[in-house]
Amino acid sequence: MTPTPLVEVRAVRKAFGSFEALRGVDLDIGRGEKVALVGASGSGKSTLCRCINRLETITSGSITIDGQPLPEEGKALADLRAQVGMVFQAFNLFPHFTALENISLAPIHVRKVAKPDADAEARELLARVGLSDKADNYPAELSGGEQQRVAIARALAMHPQLMLFDEPTSALDPEMISEVLDVMSELANEGMTMLVVTHEMGFARHACDRVCFMDAGQIVEQNSPAEFFDTPKTDRAKDFLSKLLHH
Amino acid sequence: MDQIWQMLGENSSFLLNGVLTTVGLTILGFGGALVIGTIVAVFRVSPITPLRVVGTAYVEFFRNVPLLTLLILIVFGLPDIGLLFPLFWCGVLGLVLAGSAFICETVRSGINTISVGQSEAARALGMSFGTQLRLIILPQAFRTMVQPLVNNFIGILIGSSLASAVGVSDITNVTQQLNIRYAEAVVLFLLSGAVYLVFALGAGGVGSWLERLVSRSRIGSAR
Ligand SMILES: Nc1ncnc2c1ncn2[C@@H]1O[C@H](COP(=O)(O)OP(=O)(O)O)[C@@H](O)[C@H]1O
Ligand SMILES: [Mg+2]
Repeated sequence: MTPTPLVEVRAVRKAFGSFEALRGVDLDIGRGEKVALVGASGSGKSTLCRCINRLETITSGSITIDGQPLPEEGKALADLRAQVGMVFQAFNLFPHFTALENISLAPIHVRKVAKPDADAEARELLARVGLSDKADNYPAELSGGEQQRVAIARALAMHPQLMLFDEPTSALDPEMISEVLDVMSELANEGMTMLVVTHEMGFARHACDRVCFMDAGQIVEQNSPAEFFDTPKTDRAKDFLSKLLHH
Repeated sequence: MDQIWQMLGENSSFLLNGVLTTVGLTILGFGGALVIGTIVAVFRVSPITPLRVVGTAYVEFFRNVPLLTLLILIVFGLPDIGLLFPLFWCGVLGLVLAGSAFICETVRSGINTISVGQSEAARALGMSFGTQLRLIILPQAFRTMVQPLVNNFIGILIGSSLASAVGVSDITNVTQQLNIRYAEAVVLFLLSGAVYLVFALGAGGVGSWLERLVSRSRIGSAR
């Protein structure tokens, strides 16, 4: 008996007006699995991530997490979102709260953890992302790499079952990319289930179990990293990879 | 010249009461309008359609009816339906209703300056709409609203002079009464004008001070 996947995406379509950003996507993510989502800009990678924690509502199809279909807006949805951590390209830290407060805010106000406990856990998480000394700094006082690491810690503080990363390193200066990827690799080693939209092919190859290639709103190829990078099957994947190599 | 000083001396407590009434109308009117205006702004950005409709109707009505009309309706209309308020509070009510429609729009545009990324991050953490507003959106929005709120404050201050027309003894009303008695229009209206000017400049000063405080803090600009 195979265990049910943590995430099941079935025949999902998403239209913005007359434009279809997702045109029938199927995707399973097993517990503890790390999936890299790659593809050209505009292929629908962000939209898929956003549909999985219902920042966007899907037009048709179904998405279940841990066997539960995504609920309508309201308390149940808020509970479910709290199980799915999301890390954004633009960090989206709350600028009027310190690094520590950014992390402990949702545990205190959503999970109703007592403040001393939430602060203690926030300090542990800061240590885990290597930022113990930045607890009292505001986001504007942190580098991009540091902000993104705080954002990862903020998402982890809700004890999510699944982490979604939408191009977490695309807004970073090159010298800061590895500090964020290191934190993500560590998280992957600890067994977190992850869906990572990325252009960092090294990370996709070494830290992920599977690569899904999206094109024009569909997953057109998925395979183990080694197979995908070394022997891509579809012409579109070949084309995509050759363009990456020439950069 | 002596007559003028004599007039001011004899009526000093009358004038002082007028000044205090203007100050009271303005501060209570602004405070009430800030609270109601923020609530209506929350209605207008809420995901619940009936609340948005109510919010929009409120703003369109109270922003587009002259304050004087509103004051007359309150003073002469409310007693007809059995609501009898002291004149001063009728003035405050009119200022709150009209002021809140303008402050609502200030708050709403303040909310709109906060990037959607902020509310998406809050939603992704499982925060409800109310929690998002209270913890994430409004505290950042108010930081961008200092100068527009000063403008709203001055609008309410100057609008408060219309309360004189329905019999509230504010500084405009008091100077009008003295003018009828002493026929010193220029002096008296320079005096009341000076009261508004000083008060408005004071509000502007407080606003600039708040704005410096905000920009000097370690919190970066809202992104
Ligand atoms: N809110 C939106 N309204 C209209 N079109 C959108 C919206 N979000 C995304 N799209 C469109 O959907 C397509 C896929 O976008 P996206 O998922 O962001 O792609 P990717 O993340 O792969 O670059 C793009 O063509 C984009 O313009
Ligand atoms: Mg994207």
